[in-house]
Amino acid sequence: MKYYDKLIFECSKPGRVGYTLPANAFPKAEGLPQGLCRRQAPALPEVSEPEVVRHYTLLSQMNFGVDSGFYPLGSCTMKYNPKINEEVAAMPAFAGLHPLQSAPGAEKVLEEMDKALAEITGLSRFTFAPCAGAHGELTGLMLMRQYHLNRGDNARTKVIVPDSAHGTNPASAAVAGLEVVEVKSLSNGRVDVEALKGLLDEHVAGMMMTNPNTLGLFETQIEEIAALVHGVGGLMYYDGANMNPLMGLVRPGDMGFDIMHLNLHKTFSTPHGGGGPGSGPVGVAAPLVPCLDQIRVSAWHGNFGVILRAYAYILMLGREHLAKVGEYAVLSANYIKECLKDVYKLPIEGVCKHEFVFDGLVNDGAHDEVPGATTLDVAKRLLDFGFHAPTIYFPLLFHQALMIEPTETESKETIDAFIAVMRRIAEEAAEDPTLLQEAPHTTPVSRPDETTAARSPILTFQDA
Amino acid sequence: MSQFAYFPHTEEDVRAMLERIGVKDTDALYADVPEQFFRKHTCALGEALSEQEVREWFERLASMNPKLTVFAGAGAYDHYTPSVIPYITSRSEFLTAYTPYQCEISQGTLRYIFEYQSMICALTGLDVSNASLYDGATAAAEAMKMCVASVRKRSRVLLSEGLLPQVLDVVETYARFHGVEIGRVPVMDGRTCPGCLRAALASGDVAGVILPQINRYGLVEDHEGYAEMIHGAGALMVQYCDPSALAVLRTPAEWGADIAVGDGQSLGIPLCYGGPYLGFMAVKKEYMRKMPGRIVGQTLDKQGRRAYVLTLQAREQHIKREKATSNICSNESLMALWVTVYLSLMGPEGLKEVNRLSYDGAHYLKEQLLLSGKFEDPFPGKAFLKEFVLKPKEAPARLQERLQKAGFFAALCTEEGYVSFCVTEKRSREEVDALVQCVKEG
Repeated sequence: MKYYDKLIFECSKPGRVGYTLPANAFPKAEGLPQGLCRRQAPALPEVSEPEVVRHYTLLSQMNFGVDSGFYPLGSCTMKYNPKINEEVAAMPAFAGLHPLQSAPGAEKVLEEMDKALAEITGLSRFTFAPCAGAHGELTGLMLMRQYHLNRGDNARTKVIVPDSAHGTNPASAAVAGLEVVEVKSLSNGRVDVEALKGLLDEHVAGMMMTNPNTLGLFETQIEEIAALVHGVGGLMYYDGANMNPLMGLVRPGDMGFDIMHLNLHKTFSTPHGGGGPGSGPVGVAAPLVPCLDQIRVSAWHGNFGVILRAYAYILMLGREHLAKVGEYAVLSANYIKECLKDVYKLPIEGVCKHEFVFDGLVNDGAHDEVPGATTLDVAKRLLDFGFHAPTIYFPLLFHQALMIEPTETESKETIDAFIAVMRRIAEEAAEDPTLLQEAPHTTPVSRPDETTAARSPILTFQDA
Repeated sequence: MSQFAYFPHTEEDVRAMLERIGVKDTDALYADVPEQFFRKHTCALGEALSEQEVREWFERLASMNPKLTVFAGAGAYDHYTPSVIPYITSRSEFLTAYTPYQCEISQGTLRYIFEYQSMICALTGLDVSNASLYDGATAAAEAMKMCVASVRKRSRVLLSEGLLPQVLDVVETYARFHGVEIGRVPVMDGRTCPGCLRAALASGDVAGVILPQINRYGLVEDHEGYAEMIHGAGALMVQYCDPSALAVLRTPAEWGADIAVGDGQSLGIPLCYGGPYLGFMAVKKEYMRKMPGRIVGQTLDKQGRRAYVLTLQAREQHIKREKATSNICSNESLMALWVTVYLSLMGPEGLKEVNRLSYDGAHYLKEQLLLSGKFEDPFPGKAFLKEFVLKPKEAPARLQERLQKAGFFAALCTEEGYVSFCVTEKRSREEVDALVQCVKEG
């Protein structure tokens, strides 16, 4: 990666253009009244087409994607994004469709996708309106409340969320108007069922869980948990961010979940695009199907282009290979865990699913005079070796969390290379922690001054 | 074990890895899953298809969609997409990257978001933009929540009935669950009724008002004096805008708005049956710390080089958790790149020309349709840009069907019995004349 300094505004020169448009074949109409018009043209750049292409190509070269290298980012399922998906989404007969027009082909795709997701999850019906995972959570919680309201059950104001949950879970609950009640995890990383019992009453609308949880551990008491929540009239919500290890093997619907979302941009291979567009379809069990028509959470049919990609993935894999996704993802995660647990602290022993969490280095220098290397330092040092960092400081259960998810699309050679680098970094941390603390050394920029960025924000080119 | 193109694992690899872990097969790695849930369902999905078969499957479905010339807007606009854009957005360094959490290897993403924010501020005239929201309707819903979070002890938000139906539906859905009371302000004489607005504000409990700059009838609303009225009542003013039109229209900042939201789709994003699009939001500086979504800021790295980072994160869901007023995490980053490249190519002149072509085409079409004698004009003499409504003398649905048979698509305003037409720079004189001919022949 090479450092490139310019902003597109700095490539601008008055009089340059980067567009072509047809000649105006219409009679010139009388203009809008002055009072409705802006006084000055917007300060957009004036750049020719080749300069635009070069500028953004140079910017792209300061970026790292799954196609660039290994991306073991826990909870994000950074698997390979197949190229056929992109071609399908770009087909003009889909890309040119107005959302209000009749489109039997597009409707058929949604119908088939609905059936496929119902089959994979064990739920009845999906809505495709949510545009991301958090949007799916919010939609699912609205449906949860709507279900209770439809039954005249107005006093259900609380939702139970484990302390290991994704940060979006409590935020989605708050936006949906529910009060969040946290349930603690046991030292084995699973929900404390006894503590849960103490929280259950007729004010509970439901419980949000991801299974396997954010530690990559299967919630072994799921059947009992679901029975307890259902016992007080609550519903079970499944956060599908961790669905990858279960696909084709275990169905959330069978485990007692009533509502769930899927992240098509994780489990179903659509690209993350640097932070979206995603797609977070929400599935419900049969009794909740009527609620789907009672809410509207996005303008049209959701991110249809993303749904096309995800359905192409399902067709490519078919039932046989879909069931292999989880197996390989889980195999790779356990392999990495076993190969590194002597140098990185593994807080909870046992098999993991698609991901697992270390609590920093074994040799963390906590008792040395010179401060030792932290999880942040390990993450930054990894960048020097051409790997993306794992998810860090999440889940909040551990101080030095380092969450690793390899996915099923990485070869043993790549994984072995990653393990070797992680071991080397552990050695470096013991010998020369400053090497880590000053990392990265080979990236286009070194660690930026984030404090100043927040204290004196420069948020536009004009401010700069 | 059969090999598949996306899985690199060979039988030998699997054996070696299992051995290192110390288990006999992969099922042993699922030993903690209660038996009654594991491999109990026989999956009814089809068998794997080859890439060629997948392509053909989608081509077959694509061919079922009628190929129509789009004369509809209603919140989704058929503007031209320059060829450059998909080439840039499909560069896999952009396309296959995650959210730019590791800023040292995400300067490409961070830098285009910074450019995007700058361009949204240039279009709206406001101070701060976020990195994008899902779509225009959800951006309006976020603005609704932001008003309530910004004005203490007030939980009512007024919506103009001139907003697009899908925007009203989404804001009202969010409001219902978020505990926000919604009031509606009717449209009179082609714009959000100022007298009704004044009366609604008099209750003294209004946190914000959401107004369309261009309403559902395509009319450019005159909001002269609205900001004074709304601010005088202690509420925030939100304008819902078409960002393409902002190249020529008076800006939200010039109208006195505190927040501008809308859908970025009109900036060269393909229609794609409704998504992915992007929601934009820009605010006055004083509301910066209440704004939802990600924000990118400029700073320096250790060597003093310009560097970009996600900033002001104390606002965001992963920090605030149950105290958050927005839960947005993933947004529409790649579509922000799409829009940024579009605006870089078009520049101020190109965007102005797009508006000119659309304006002249739409005014010509309206004139010709009225000359056909088949319509009444519900809003004679009112200013519009590229979109307008007419009341057909025949049943609107029948007219729409007739047009569709001839290969044209126009939208309906079902409640009012209007047909809505939109002309962008993509519509040629021949297409417009053919549409008029088709109307006359009915």
